[in-house]
Amino acid sequence: MSELSRRQFLRWGLPGVASLAGAAALATRDAPAGGPSATSASRHEEHPGMPGAGKIPDLHPPGSGKQVDPMLFLTHFDWGMTSRLADGRTQREWTLTALEREIVVAPGVTFPAWTYNGSVPAPTLRCRVGDVVRVKFANEASHTHSIHFHGIHPANMDGVLEQVPPGGTYTYEFVADPFGVFLYHCHTMPLTQHIHKGLYGAFIVDPPKPRPPAREFVMVMNGFDTDMDGGNEFYTVNGIANYYVDHPIPLRVNEPVRIYLVNLLEFDMINSFHLHANMFRYYPTGTDLERYEYTDTVMLAQGQRGVMEFTYKLPGRYMFHAHKTEFAELGWNGFFEVLPAEAKA
Amino acid sequence: MARVEGEVLPGGAASGHPARLLLLGLLPLVLLAGLVWLFLAKGTDLVGTSGAPPDALLKLQIERVTFASHQILATVRNVGPVEATVAQVMVNEALWQFSVSPEPTIPRLATATVAIPYPWVKGDPVEVKVVTSNGLTFTRNIEVATETPRPGAAAFGLFALLGTYVGVIPVFLGLLWFPFLRRVQERWFDFFLSLTAGLLVFLGVDALAEAFEVAGRLGGPFKGVALIVLGLAGSFLALVAIGRQLRGRDREGARARLALAYFVAVGIGLHNLGEGLAIGAAYALGEVALGAFLVLGFTIHNTTEGLAIVAPVTRDTARLGHLALLGLVAGGPTIVGTWIGAFTYSEPWALLFLSVGAGAIFQVVYEIARFRAADGSVLAGLARPRNLLGLLAGFLIMYATGFLVAR
Repeated sequence: MSELSRRQFLRWGLPGVASLAGAAALATRDAPAGGPSATSASRHEEHPGMPGAGKIPDLHPPGSGKQVDPMLFLTHFDWGMTSRLADGRTQREWTLTALEREIVVAPGVTFPAWTYNGSVPAPTLRCRVGDVVRVKFANEASHTHSIHFHGIHPANMDGVLEQVPPGGTYTYEFVADPFGVFLYHCHTMPLTQHIHKGLYGAFIVDPPKPRPPAREFVMVMNGFDTDMDGGNEFYTVNGIANYYVDHPIPLRVNEPVRIYLVNLLEFDMINSFHLHANMFRYYPTGTDLERYEYTDTVMLAQGQRGVMEFTYKLPGRYMFHAHKTEFAELGWNGFFEVLPAEAKA
Repeated sequence: MARVEGEVLPGGAASGHPARLLLLGLLPLVLLAGLVWLFLAKGTDLVGTSGAPPDALLKLQIERVTFASHQILATVRNVGPVEATVAQVMVNEALWQFSVSPEPTIPRLATATVAIPYPWVKGDPVEVKVVTSNGLTFTRNIEVATETPRPGAAAFGLFALLGTYVGVIPVFLGLLWFPFLRRVQERWFDFFLSLTAGLLVFLGVDALAEAFEVAGRLGGPFKGVALIVLGLAGSFLALVAIGRQLRGRDREGARARLALAYFVAVGIGLHNLGEGLAIGAAYALGEVALGAFLVLGFTIHNTTEGLAIVAPVTRDTARLGHLALLGLVAGGPTIVGTWIGAFTYSEPWALLFLSVGAGAIFQVVYEIARFRAADGSVLAGLARPRNLLGLLAGFLIMYATGFLVAR
């Protein structure tokens, strides 16, 4: 359990990080042993002052011109600040802050996004089934927002009726259940606007016995309506059009690969994922470890997600993209660069 | 009302001194410059605006799209309030490679050429979309992709032939009504002159409508309607003035009638320039499949223009040389128009050509109406039943033959 007792920080916006080498630049720090434990009394309240939360983990410093690198995003799973509760359960804490940020969505094209922690998609939150999830939400944007998690939780943790005005805070707390791949997003009206502007991310709940070891990626499929006409101009996976075309994702021959795939595309009815020259096991929603479909293409409506597992047997450059070819040609396109097994990085 | 006549403004006595006069003339300008400086330095805070206009107001316009082998060229003009940068290009809903010359960042009112290596399909519609650095999109749809003729001997020849068909031949055909008009009775002379006026009114209205259509497409800073007024009023008044000089005191003699014929020819020539422009541009841009039927339509439509030219001189023994020259003045510009339209089409210039043409035509209508009015009053001439009938008949002929060229 040692990997659960530390928290990880990702160094976002590293200068010149375009290669996988940057992905290794993770800094880890041990959490204080037996850290603060949450009591049920403080759970469902707002925390206006929230001492200690003054420092917002701004992953996208204004004016820095830097942005979350999709290559780093791909492999970054935020396990939160971990502590052991009196009853023996693990509690994970995150702080998500609504921030308005100008982000790059395609080379040379910026978009005035609404973000959690400055990035679109928002950080991928990860825990284990049965963990106590605590998400401190601070709204530092100019509009009312909320966080709506998918999964099983109490009504007042659902982020629909408890709206958070600008300057306000709210703490979402629930027990992660069941395991699978989930998502979280703002649930403020008008909903279309609050989602397409960028307030969404992936939420992964691991099964009690972890899935077999594999290279793990998160892929959030989305789009950007840059001219605000109610239709997407750009389609991406993890935020920048054609990013993995320009920066193919390195893999190894025979290396097991697992992708947590989430569709948060607004405006369009469906999205899809197609893997070239291979087949994958697809576990819809990731809630069942036994049943899967063996395919090379899956179709997802907004909010649908799943787990894909595959292995490449031969080296080479393999494409993956939406098999809605219009989306592919407008940016939802990428490559795996499968390297020979013996070549070590 | 108080009487102000005879009052002398203070300082009026010294106004004759040149330096002082200059100073007085410049004073308001100096004060204005100071005010501008003051506003730029402080004033924006006073009225609560930031100095820079919001990015959402960026505006690009794709003025022209041409097709070469495996290449699409789009001329993009910045018609917004600030400079704008072309960041991405989409063709038929697909991100595509592109290059921009001279620079992706286009200054206000300037143009840039976007070159897109794209395997376009002949005859298919094409949508070209440019995306600015702040994500705004500007689109131009081409109905039919077809290789754009490049300036060269062959293309010049082709368009000269096209212009000859739709402009020159019909005008000369119309001139052949000359012997017929000479033999009809004197009292029908006025009728045919009015008929001419009717034909011309139609052409003028047609050119104006076309100009307003272009004005609608033009970017805000060009103020298309103002350009139309400038072209229309400018050419109308200039030609009226020139007419007075040419005619001298002779208001009804043979010289005046010949001058009138030339005015009709010039007016129609300017109109045909605009028509050629539209045909050339449409042909080059693939926006109209200019079939044989359309060429034929223009030919029939324009034949009536010849009639209009010779009507004023039917009582004179016009020399063949004059008739040929009249035909060339009226028909020739069609060829020039097709060249300009096909090779260097630009919306602001097209609009100016069209409105200048309209002004010239209305001047001719004005001259014709004055020509037969004994007291020089326009309304008195037009109000006579036979003239009114001619006017309406002329307009209707154009209207009816216009169906042949309806797009």
